[in-house]
Amino acid sequence: MPNIIKNNGVVQDDWQVWRDTESLPDQGKVIVPLALWQAEKAELQALGDVGVFLASDESPKLLGDDIALLPLIAVDFPKFADGRGFSYGRELREQHGFKGELRAIGDFMRDQLFFLKRCGFDAFALENTELEDAIASLADFDEVYQASIDQPTPLFRRR
Amino acid sequence: MYVYDDYDRAIINQRVNQFRDQTQRYLDGKITDEQFLPLRLQNGLYVQRLAPMMRIAIPYGTLSSRQLRKLAQISRDYDKGYGHISTRQNIQLNWPKLEEVPDILAELATVEMHAVQTSGNCIRNVTADQFSGVAADEVEDARPYCEIIRQWSTFHPEFAFLPRKFKIAVCGSKADRAAVMVHDIGLQIVKTAAGETRFKVIVGGGLGRTPVIGSVIHEALEPQHLLSYLEAILRVYNQLGRRDNKFKARIKILVKALGPEAFKEKVEAEWAYLRDGQLTLTDAEIDRAKGFFTRPDYAALDDQDLQAMALESAEFARWLKQNTHAHQQPGYRIVTLSLKPIGIAPGDITAEQMESVADLADQFGFGELRTTHQQNLVLPDVKQTDLLTLWRTLTDLDLASPTVGTMNDMICCPGGDFCSLANAKSIPVAEAIQRRFDDLDYLYDLGPIDLNISGCMNACGHHHIGNIGILGVDKKGQEFYQISLGGSQGLDASIGKILGPSFAQEEIPDVIEKILGAYVDLRQPEEDFVDTFTRVGLDPFKERVYA
Repeated sequence: MPNIIKNNGVVQDDWQVWRDTESLPDQGKVIVPLALWQAEKAELQALGDVGVFLASDESPKLLGDDIALLPLIAVDFPKFADGRGFSYGRELREQHGFKGELRAIGDFMRDQLFFLKRCGFDAFALENTELEDAIASLADFDEVYQASIDQPTPLFRRR
Repeated sequence: MYVYDDYDRAIINQRVNQFRDQTQRYLDGKITDEQFLPLRLQNGLYVQRLAPMMRIAIPYGTLSSRQLRKLAQISRDYDKGYGHISTRQNIQLNWPKLEEVPDILAELATVEMHAVQTSGNCIRNVTADQFSGVAADEVEDARPYCEIIRQWSTFHPEFAFLPRKFKIAVCGSKADRAAVMVHDIGLQIVKTAAGETRFKVIVGGGLGRTPVIGSVIHEALEPQHLLSYLEAILRVYNQLGRRDNKFKARIKILVKALGPEAFKEKVEAEWAYLRDGQLTLTDAEIDRAKGFFTRPDYAALDDQDLQAMALESAEFARWLKQNTHAHQQPGYRIVTLSLKPIGIAPGDITAEQMESVADLADQFGFGELRTTHQQNLVLPDVKQTDLLTLWRTLTDLDLASPTVGTMNDMICCPGGDFCSLANAKSIPVAEAIQRRFDDLDYLYDLGPIDLNISGCMNACGHHHIGNIGILGVDKKGQEFYQISLGGSQGLDASIGKILGPSFAQEEIPDVIEKILGAYVDLRQPEEDFVDTFTRVGLDPFKERVYA
């Protein structure tokens, strides 16, 4: 099983990302595309734990009330320069009250971990990187100006 | 001036450490070129035609003498002993070494400066009217709000990887000196009948390949909602801005595609979540920010008879008229230091000049300076009785060209001499025009003319909003120049109209001469160039130039 960064540590990961939109997986602990979830919700739920990943052009609004059903939502970064997922993270946490695991998958990079964490992500399937070293980037700054998920009070209210 | 507290200092110092580590990992081959690109850009570091270029932030154009001395030292120790003031009020170094950039950032941090977000697809350094706090026509000082926006946008976690760069400008005066109509977001401070502060919010302006005048989406935003409203705009843009084509990725394209009304609806829907939340500015925070921009300890003086002072000499009189502006405080004047002497790239300043100017800011003011959108420097608080002495010193420093506001105070990008994006050189074009029209009486007779030169359609020289705009274009590997007329900035901003086929570099002074000749023949008494153009249109100019 591959390792990921989760809750500020390196852990073994037993979830599988299922990118096929046509056929169903045969077991739980799987993160499926939004389209597959929407088409086969009942069958997928019967498998056990199922998460959904959003492509970068798929707003969390498309999940609607299903957000409450999901233990894990992932946001796929097709390119690290595509920053839509940062807004999706905040939207899921702040507007939809999502409390489950919020995972970044795809082509994001170590130097974005701090901002991703601030936008509500708590799990990072970071590929091709020395994860023990990369954890350091989660703590690039001790203090921040803005309100966000990890610090809902902006600095100007705390000074 | 804003003064860092322990929070600000810790954040900027950690930024230096972060970039030092990133640079080391890049040099060790652990970060690819592609990954390093946004990291270095958000620290002000470009890779240019001849060497890296580093853009240092001067938030809202305000600078202390101590900071300017530091910039002089940095330009000498790490570069070739000069800097370049850009149209976004920043200062650029043209020859730093990549390995030394973390050291430059560490040096900057010692004087509360940085290069945060001076480039890249993020919220850029905020700009303002360079006369904020001293302008006679001021509604309210823009700088406290600029500082609040600076802090909110610095390392904003959600908006560091936007579809494209994002520029915010704030103007608190009646005359717009910050080009608010052609920024991604322009904020114009207005007052209600009861004297309360409000922001007119303009979105989707911009120059570049597709020049657009912005649309007003809020006529009178209350100050406490400033950040929540900005955050709502940015969130809509981050999610809906085009990412498939970098030429269509600016917010202006999104606002145009949706229409300003529909865009505003989306912003308001997002704002509904943010409004009245933690981002709501408190009176205490606004007062705290204002506390850094209080009026300095002005002497109680009477206004001098400037006309009588002007009798000193014709040269002094010219400078007094062109390069100084009315001040809020009796007995004081705002002085613009021209960085446009003939033979120097517009906006360039040497380390020695920086040090001298820093001394002048201490001697003839309160140690404060401004950089301008027009690529000049400003001493904001000069006693009128000191003007003659100051002028003599500035003349010795070659900073007193009495051409501010004339055609020879041109905006000019670095062009093909430095910039890897440019299609054509721009600095030699500026110089050829300045040399042709070096007769001051003729320049003054022409009145105010904004002449803006860009070396490519990215429009760093803001050619679209020049009364006369010059754009470098590439035709089969050869450099040519397209002329546009009638552009203007200000609250009634307009985009210039293209005159016709482009010209070779050596033809430009003749072409400008013909345009000016047409204007002189056509104008009515006291009519400025742009007003004549608006009245008569393009054709009479076209006929004269292409005859």
